[in-house]
Amino acid sequence: MHTSLSPQAPGSRIPAASAGGFQRGSLTFRPQLSRNRWNAVLTGLAGLATTIAVLPLVLVLAYVLIKGGSLISFSLLTQLPPAPGLEGGGIGNAIVGTLLVTAIAALIAIPVGVGGGIYLAEYSSGGSFASFVRFGTNVLAGVPSIICGVFVYGLIVSTRIFFGQSYSAMAGGIALAVLMIPTVIKTTDEGLKLVPQELRLGALGVGASKMVTITHITLPAAFSPIATGIVLGIARAAGETAPLIFTALFSPFWPEGVFNPIATMSVLIYNFAIMPYQAQISLAWAASFVLVLMILAANLLARWLSQLARA
Amino acid sequence: MTSSSPTTSASSSSQSDICLSLENVGISYGTNEAVRNVFMDIPKGQVTAFIGPSGCGKSTVLRALNRMNDLIEGCTLKGRVLFHGQDLYARDVDAVEVRRRIGMVFQKPNPFPKSIYENIAFGARINGYKGDMDELVERSLRKAAIWDETKDKLKQSGCALSGGQQQRLCIARTVAIEPEVILMDEPCSALDPISTLKIEEMIHELKKSYTIVIVTHNMQQAVRVSDMTGFFNVQAKADIDGKVGCLEEFAPTEQIFNAPSQQATQDYVSGRFG
Amino acid sequence: MRLDSGPDLFTLRRRPVSDKLADRGFRWLTVALASLVGLVLLGILLTVMGGSRQAISAYGLAFLTTSNWDPVGDQYGALTAIYGTIVTSALSLVIAVPLGVGTAIFLTENIIPTKLRDILALMVELLAAIPSVVLGLWAIFVMEPFLRPFLSFLYTRLGWLPVFSTDPQGPGMAPAILILVVMILPIITAIARDSLLQVPPELRQAAYGIGTTRWGAILQVILPAAVSGIAGGVMLALGRAMGETMAVTMIIGNSNNFSWSLLAPGNTISSMLANQFGEADGNQVSALMYAALVLMLLTLLVNVLAQWVVRRLSLKYT
Repeated sequence: MHTSLSPQAPGSRIPAASAGGFQRGSLTFRPQLSRNRWNAVLTGLAGLATTIAVLPLVLVLAYVLIKGGSLISFSLLTQLPPAPGLEGGGIGNAIVGTLLVTAIAALIAIPVGVGGGIYLAEYSSGGSFASFVRFGTNVLAGVPSIICGVFVYGLIVSTRIFFGQSYSAMAGGIALAVLMIPTVIKTTDEGLKLVPQELRLGALGVGASKMVTITHITLPAAFSPIATGIVLGIARAAGETAPLIFTALFSPFWPEGVFNPIATMSVLIYNFAIMPYQAQISLAWAASFVLVLMILAANLLARWLSQLARA
Repeated sequence: MTSSSPTTSASSSSQSDICLSLENVGISYGTNEAVRNVFMDIPKGQVTAFIGPSGCGKSTVLRALNRMNDLIEGCTLKGRVLFHGQDLYARDVDAVEVRRRIGMVFQKPNPFPKSIYENIAFGARINGYKGDMDELVERSLRKAAIWDETKDKLKQSGCALSGGQQQRLCIARTVAIEPEVILMDEPCSALDPISTLKIEEMIHELKKSYTIVIVTHNMQQAVRVSDMTGFFNVQAKADIDGKVGCLEEFAPTEQIFNAPSQQATQDYVSGRFG
Repeated sequence: MRLDSGPDLFTLRRRPVSDKLADRGFRWLTVALASLVGLVLLGILLTVMGGSRQAISAYGLAFLTTSNWDPVGDQYGALTAIYGTIVTSALSLVIAVPLGVGTAIFLTENIIPTKLRDILALMVELLAAIPSVVLGLWAIFVMEPFLRPFLSFLYTRLGWLPVFSTDPQGPGMAPAILILVVMILPIITAIARDSLLQVPPELRQAAYGIGTTRWGAILQVILPAAVSGIAGGVMLALGRAMGETMAVTMIIGNSNNFSWSLLAPGNTISSMLANQFGEADGNQVSALMYAALVLMLLTLLVNVLAQWVVRRLSLKYT
């Protein structure tokens, strides 16, 4: 590793090698030392890895911006998609559909998830039921999203449980909710655990019931991390496609209530990307642009929310 | 206010006895100045203690002596730190090489999550040790007065030891790479009195072969272990609002505690301070 | 004795029954909502197992080892999709782990200024937010055409190897693997970075204090201390890669003809489900459910393994 001290080296005034076993070089940085060479090589490799990791985001955003952003117009955002082979049209129904399906999912997942999280953080005392719920939450988070679609298909679509309707916006929303619930439970659980115990004791100490303590003191104190997690969960759900393909299906028309098939941007992208018509492919890029914009905005909102807590 | 020993005019005989020499050192974290105008000659083969109130920059100065401050982003140093006359902050100096010559023991014991044996051997190996490793491990553990407690469990994790033992293991680890200087940043602040005593005894032993610089909060400890003492103090900045650390007085320990030349030193060592 | 004099201003010294009921009711509500997780899991399991019963009795274990997927002749074997699932996720992991860990190191150790580090870390984080279907669109129209000359080169030069033995004609396993790399890279990077940041600064100082170089400290002290967290992240990413559907479906070619070649079109279980489930009937639905069951067992196995690995490694290094 070390080259021995050369007599004329800059640090030669220093007595070299204090004891046996160690060869001491000068203090001067010598890039030709193998340890310094390795350092340079490995730093270079790590830098390269980072470049490769960041590149896809830049490229995807650039293409979505160029190919999708250039198409954005008022009519595109408000019209229905054209019939195959025809020009023009828009993605208005898919935008409304995505908002509707995501809203249904959020309306189901937020109460369920926050409630489950409250149980884990505030009521459970490390018993077997609590560890079962925690384990189940982890397993559910790992279930592939397409399987959620299969589940909801079997539970709702094939049984025609809602007024004899098979595919519906409701079914799609429930499938997305199944995906969101683990995220919301986890963030609620972790957010509540960050609340200092003194705050809880303080509220209980003035005679508040446990419910009042949770709803009026603990939950508001943990608002920021919970809200952050929920916003991220919604953003992720809004971009999901797999659970919607055979639950919400697709529709070339405006939404007709929550118990009918509905168009969403993600399914529109999937369906139109593999069509041989340029008009459809363009609409797929435009929908990508709108979807990515919405999701990035939600992510930035989540960051802002989480910084709100620190300030 | 600052008492400084002029290094430039030091006689040639004392030059060879000086190990580290600080020339007008100032250290800042970003735009926040932590310490300024430090002049100091740390003698070779002796124990030098840094004392002073919190926030006076004594740990910062200590960390500057082996370039540990490089790891803190935005930390910059003005002036010069000379090690046997060579500027440690010169452009062509390898910080890794500096730390191999000037070892450090930290405030909190920080053994590696490896076996006791590996804790010692790891540093020696990366320093290119070619000799008998078993012997080096034993010698280092003996020097740090922890051999008897650990000789039967060298394979066990270093993290399983008690706090005081961990700190002595960390000292053994530093001794094993045979540096010329050992820097100790409040090595006993996390330890009980008995462990503290053991470490102080060890410092007396170690000073036969090493130059030691120790930061301590405990004035009795400075009296017990050190030959020279530097008293750091906090001053209000003249130019802008805020405080900055500086070296108030640097003299033989006896003089600092019995006949300090500065009123502030007198106040601090007699406990009339803060 | 009460301290307050005069009329009693605290009318609720004695808790009304309704308050007690509400308190207890609230507790039970949260218990019920928490148990919903178990119910949903049970539902998923029952749906998939119940749905696959017919196919299990009809095709047995041969389903796993044959590659004949014939809806007309009503014969089903999922080998192609199982092979595709395992190969695409495993190879994407092989590529993504060094890249992700390298990126995490670059973004935690003191190599570039903090500001730049934070921006790059945010960018990697945002990459994880891009929907899979958008990445699929990008893969079809940008990545795959760009990649094809390189893949053709592999075919002409290394075609004698079974894994490069077909002429790339567009969609295939190789582009699917690469788009999976893009998708799991942010997961690995984020978790590895968290694990590295949790390594106590004292340990870092200890390493530098005895004169290690930056990479000496990283490779011999910091990475071993973070390895349990990183391994957990890697397993999580593997689970994600196996279940990932949209981008893979759009670029893998959805062919049920078995081929060893990575340049040929293939299939994964999830892309098969995405493609066929909506239009399937009879035995095909059951066969797809069977495949879904295999996928679930695989991901479950990976998840359980992940927890085990993390526990083993964290015992070893702390």
